[in-house]
Amino acid sequence: MKERTYEKYFRQNRLPHIWCPGCGNGIAMKAIVQAVEMRGLPRDKTIIVSGIGCSSRASGYMDFDTLHTAHGRAIPFATGIKLANPELNVIVITGDGDCTAIGGNHFIHGARRNIDLTVVLFNNTIYGMTGGQASPMTPLHKKATTAPYGSVDRPFDACNLAQAAGASYVARSTAFHVQHMTDMIAEGISCRGFAFIETVVQCPTAYGRKNKMPDPAEMMKWMRDNAVMKTAWDRMPEEKKADKFPIGVFHRHQAVEYTEAYSEVITLAQEGGK
Amino acid sequence: MNTEILLKSERCKGCGICVSFCPKKVLGLDTLGHCSVINEQACIACGQCELRCPDYAIFVDKKVGA
Ligand SMILES: Cc1ncc(C[n+]2csc(CCOP(=O)(O)OP(=O)(O)O)c2C)c(N)n1
Ligand code: SF4
Ligand code: SF4
Ligand code: SF4
Ligand SMILES: [Mg+2]
Repeated sequence: MKERTYEKYFRQNRLPHIWCPGCGNGIAMKAIVQAVEMRGLPRDKTIIVSGIGCSSRASGYMDFDTLHTAHGRAIPFATGIKLANPELNVIVITGDGDCTAIGGNHFIHGARRNIDLTVVLFNNTIYGMTGGQASPMTPLHKKATTAPYGSVDRPFDACNLAQAAGASYVARSTAFHVQHMTDMIAEGISCRGFAFIETVVQCPTAYGRKNKMPDPAEMMKWMRDNAVMKTAWDRMPEEKKADKFPIGVFHRHQAVEYTEAYSEVITLAQEGGK
Repeated sequence: MNTEILLKSERCKGCGICVSFCPKKVLGLDTLGHCSVINEQACIACGQCELRCPDYAIFVDKKVGA
């Protein structure tokens, strides 16, 4: 059997991971380490930062310097790391609740500053860890413990949000499109600026069971059948878009990166504030 | 048989994703709910099971020289 070289990026003594049978988080975590390997990032120059949630448990299985922080606060911790040592590659793992509910402000301001982070949002459209409350990304009319008749709150499109707030790179993929997901993350790693990748992952336990899709393989087939590559999406008539969603790269725009902008402040201060 | 299937059963949680995506009905779940190989002859080494397993519990290679 050929060696699976990405396995070296996992803390072997921590596996199997804690996630439920069929949880998509494992697929996204493997895509991240494969993207790290593709880009040849040195392990001692790569930091994984996560918030709180099932998704954020990923940092505990990844054999890098890792930081498992507070709910919603992964981006501020990552900002501190990057500013203190701009040569590090900083990858943030967050959930839809972590990133767009409690951490929503940190998210938009990280994008606004355009700090060089790679933020991977594991979007299972629910608060998985706490048992299935609706998140700001729960689709309309889907059920949650806090929305037993279906959610009437309009969901965020986190990709649109990241782009509007100023991110340099914005993309989406799914757990079904795992090779595509790896490519999307790898491209985000290469971007010098705030790179945001939304990965749609299945949560059969807290989301699927309540929404008539308890089987993880069925959830992945739903992704296969409903995700549309951006080029095809752009040509698709509006009436065919219902229930479907686009994947691919939505935005690339190289603006001034924050640690570079900040280095000017440091220089000025060292010159005595002239 | 031209393929080699390696199961790391201690990682397998029996989610059935590999069973569901295998195009040749090579895989099944055993009585303990773990993935098991039920028809190895039929495997075409397409790699779908390995690609999709969220627990990194199944690996497939073409046999060397095959
Ligand atoms: C300050 C604070 N508020 C609330 C919680 C409880 N809490 C833990 S995880 C979580 C939501 C997790 O949802 P998400 O970010 O989508 O991650 P998932 O578990 O779905 O991967 C909440 C509300 C907490 N840990 N800390
Ligand atoms: S509750 Fe959902 S997100 Fe959390 S481990 Fe289980 S399947 Fe995964
Ligand atoms: S996909 Fe992986 S964890 Fe799920 S049944 Fe197959 S081998 Fe086991
Ligand atoms: S490699 Fe393909 S044919 Fe062989 S067991 Fe896996 S999914 Fe089935
Ligand atoms: Mg979630």
